[in-house]
Amino acid sequence: MFGWEFPPKIYGGLAVASYGITKGLSLQGDVETTFCLPRPTGEEEHFLKIINMSQVPVVWRDVQYERIKDRFVGHTAEDYYRFRDHLYADFNYLQGLDDLGCLGFAGGYPGNLHEEINNFSIIAGVLARSEQFDIIHAHDWLTYPAGVHAKMVSGKPLCIHVHATDFDRSRGKVNPTVYGIEKNGMDHADCIMCVSELTRQTVIREYHQDPRKCVAMHNAVYPLADDIKAIEPHKNPKEKVVTYLGRITMQKGPEYFIEAAKRVLDRSHNIRFCFAGSGDMMNAMIDLAAAYGIADRCHFPGFQRGKQVYECYKNSDVFVMPSVSEPFGIAPLEAMQCGCPSIISKQSGCGEILTNVIKVDYWDIDAMADAIYSICTNNALHDYLAEEGMREVDKITWQRVGLRIRECYNQLTTRGWFDNEEYLTRVRDI
Amino acid sequence: MKTICLYFEIHQPYHLKRYRFFEIGTDHYYYDDYENERAVTEIAQRSYIPALKTMLEMTQQYGQYFRVAFSVSGVMLELLEQYAPEVVDLLQQLSETGCVEFLAEPYSHGLASLGNPESFAAETKRQARKMKELFNYTPKVLRNSSLIYSDEIGMMVADMGFRGMIAEGAKHILGWKSPHYVYQCAMAPKLSLLLRDYKLSDDISLRFNDASWSEYPLMADKYINWIATLPKGEDVINIFMELLALGIYQPLESNILEFLRALPSMACQKDIIFATPSEVIAKNKPVAPMEMQYPVSWNDEERDTSCWLGNGMQREAFNKLYDEKIVGRILACQDRRIKQDWDRLQASNNLRYMTTKPMQVNMYRSIYDSPYDAFTNYMNILGDFLKRVRDLFSEDVENDELNSLYTQITNLDKELAVKENEISRLRARLEKYEPKKEDEDSGGKEKAPTKVQARKTEVKAVKKVSTKKSAVKSAPKKDVETKKAETKKTAVKKATAKKAK
Repeated sequence: MFGWEFPPKIYGGLAVASYGITKGLSLQGDVETTFCLPRPTGEEEHFLKIINMSQVPVVWRDVQYERIKDRFVGHTAEDYYRFRDHLYADFNYLQGLDDLGCLGFAGGYPGNLHEEINNFSIIAGVLARSEQFDIIHAHDWLTYPAGVHAKMVSGKPLCIHVHATDFDRSRGKVNPTVYGIEKNGMDHADCIMCVSELTRQTVIREYHQDPRKCVAMHNAVYPLADDIKAIEPHKNPKEKVVTYLGRITMQKGPEYFIEAAKRVLDRSHNIRFCFAGSGDMMNAMIDLAAAYGIADRCHFPGFQRGKQVYECYKNSDVFVMPSVSEPFGIAPLEAMQCGCPSIISKQSGCGEILTNVIKVDYWDIDAMADAIYSICTNNALHDYLAEEGMREVDKITWQRVGLRIRECYNQLTTRGWFDNEEYLTRVRDI
Repeated sequence: MKTICLYFEIHQPYHLKRYRFFEIGTDHYYYDDYENERAVTEIAQRSYIPALKTMLEMTQQYGQYFRVAFSVSGVMLELLEQYAPEVVDLLQQLSETGCVEFLAEPYSHGLASLGNPESFAAETKRQARKMKELFNYTPKVLRNSSLIYSDEIGMMVADMGFRGMIAEGAKHILGWKSPHYVYQCAMAPKLSLLLRDYKLSDDISLRFNDASWSEYPLMADKYINWIATLPKGEDVINIFMELLALGIYQPLESNILEFLRALPSMACQKDIIFATPSEVIAKNKPVAPMEMQYPVSWNDEERDTSCWLGNGMQREAFNKLYDEKIVGRILACQDRRIKQDWDRLQASNNLRYMTTKPMQVNMYRSIYDSPYDAFTNYMNILGDFLKRVRDLFSEDVENDELNSLYTQITNLDKELAVKENEISRLRARLEKYEPKKEDEDSGGKEKAPTKVQARKTEVKAVKKVSTKKSAVKSAPKKDVETKKAETKKTAVKKATAKKAK
């Protein structure tokens, strides 16, 4: 598998999904996963094999085992020598080569992202020649070129996982370079796994892919750890807290949340609105709240990490995700795990597998305000959604996703091509 | 002799409009007029009118042999009167034939029988009055909304003076017993029960046009044969359904009306007769008491109240709606708009839209796209409505007090009426005594009134009327009406103010 993020280093939903998918597969026992990361921290869990892409050589360097054996994070020095035996071209002209003959990665999403993506795919060529594998699985567009390269070299089937498309990120005004990379990856893929039917339709419509090779593979959540379950909510019985949690950026529709907040606050004064997260629109949102005169009731605690996220959910009475276009959106599932009722936009992929949530159109601020007000004032609705939501989300496990992905793999390895219709009939009971 | 008892329910709720919480307190109109008009006209055109016309023709064709029963909820009658009066006309024509019985039911088609016995009784009486008014028929048999029945409800109904009631012949209650007998209420033996044969009823209302059904196509002779071959002694076959079954659930193209038309002639050949519920009750003695501890209805597989009160949201809405204090106030008040809204909001359909039960068929949810949406909208409307009810009277007046105040007012009214009678009597007498005087007076009539007035004050002194009323009395006659209303208001206000202190 090629991936860009993996826990414990989390930038967004991609890391969580990558973890869930590999973990779900590993539970089957007979699936061995090699996960290629640009820059692992060394603290990843050990149920899979991690390859550190910034320590895979692309040019020959004569290095002594004794001198380098402790330098490796992820894979070992033995792996390094095996990789070095499979160099396929002279990349000495590249900049940024270190003494091991490797290309460094900054990790995350730096300014020279396109260069890093290119480097990533160069390294993938080495890996494809030296590793033994049956399936190539590439997560998100950053790794599509690597996946395509590996497929070209090895001839093994390529499965790409669409966690988001550029149409979601840009509200329709796509970046042509990104679109080109995405389209190329999809064209070469044998199976396109989309995180929701919504994304699948985008892929079919905007990227002109054959519907038969596209499959909706919904994400899931992991059961809460005990220390998170033990968090005691701090709730003021006289006040209700409505939370938005996520990047404050155009894709997530924060301004609709403010508009709804305005409508709610016109009517009631015991509700607070919490904007957790950071992003390019944060200042604009603070300005907007101030312009509406509701700044005293809107709070911007900034980016939340790890346990803070769950504390935030636990202390909230309503979670709102007004995304304009959300391929999946794992946040509402996490909120529901914490017993917090969710309101999501109909344009969110997770809505396809959830029933105990309130769904509104992201632009329908009246409906959103109404739903917020209703949950805050009617305890029966709050309790029903909290209880049933928790029960529902407990059934959505990565293990199930793992089994479904396995079904796709089986089709690809035995037959070489994928058919969504057949998949659907087979996974009906999973 | 085997007897078919046919009964059709006619009911549609008022569709509520999209009502956001920020309209609470500013907008007191809750209905979607467009949707109401559309729905009622469509249903009338596609189902009610053709079905009722067919039945009217049947009564002409078969004379008194064909009998049928209807119940029309009060809110539906309001809708029909407004949007499809021809349906009411048809029902009136049917009632004139003498072959039709009208059953009583709660005016609002609500769940008052489960929530508030007092309002249940009041509603049912009101509905019976409406039946008398429109169809000149006093119902003797009651059917509760969606055939909700339990022993307790049976007792309430018996106390109201009804002779019979119709209920669901639910399998889990009946067990080995057959619905083809008349039973009696376990707690009130005077009340006879007719139990719906769900199999034979659903054969028509659910399966008639279902090509995958093993008995498809269903013909009248086959159907009557099923009835004729029932064991001896099982004489009462109760076929109850919504009138919507003829035309909406089973489209007219399926020839369901032809089927209906053919039933009597087929039945006639097999010596099967038709009868209305009260005729059945009069002819057949109850064979045994029927115990139903928990409410049973004709809805869903479970045949219970779970589709209205199955989840916490529904129970919350129900409890708010039938809160004792609220109901007391509504019953006590004289505000017609509040009473009307109360009828329309009670309709059980509003609660049904909130059900979260898994449905095999896609359930009709009106304008709502989820149960939560339905709940939110309904609670917003209810919030506004309850606020209006609360604003009627001060918060800490008890219902009993309100009632006594109102009885006081009605007593005062009566007293006033008596006094007024007396005044007119005295005035007549005065005129008798002083007709000549009037003629003698140069100005003629101008003086007369003052004299009358003088006389009146005398009367007042004699009668020692309370100070409040003396104001009313000394006022010119024209104003008596308005003044009366004012005194009423002040009386209530004073009392509430006193209480508040």
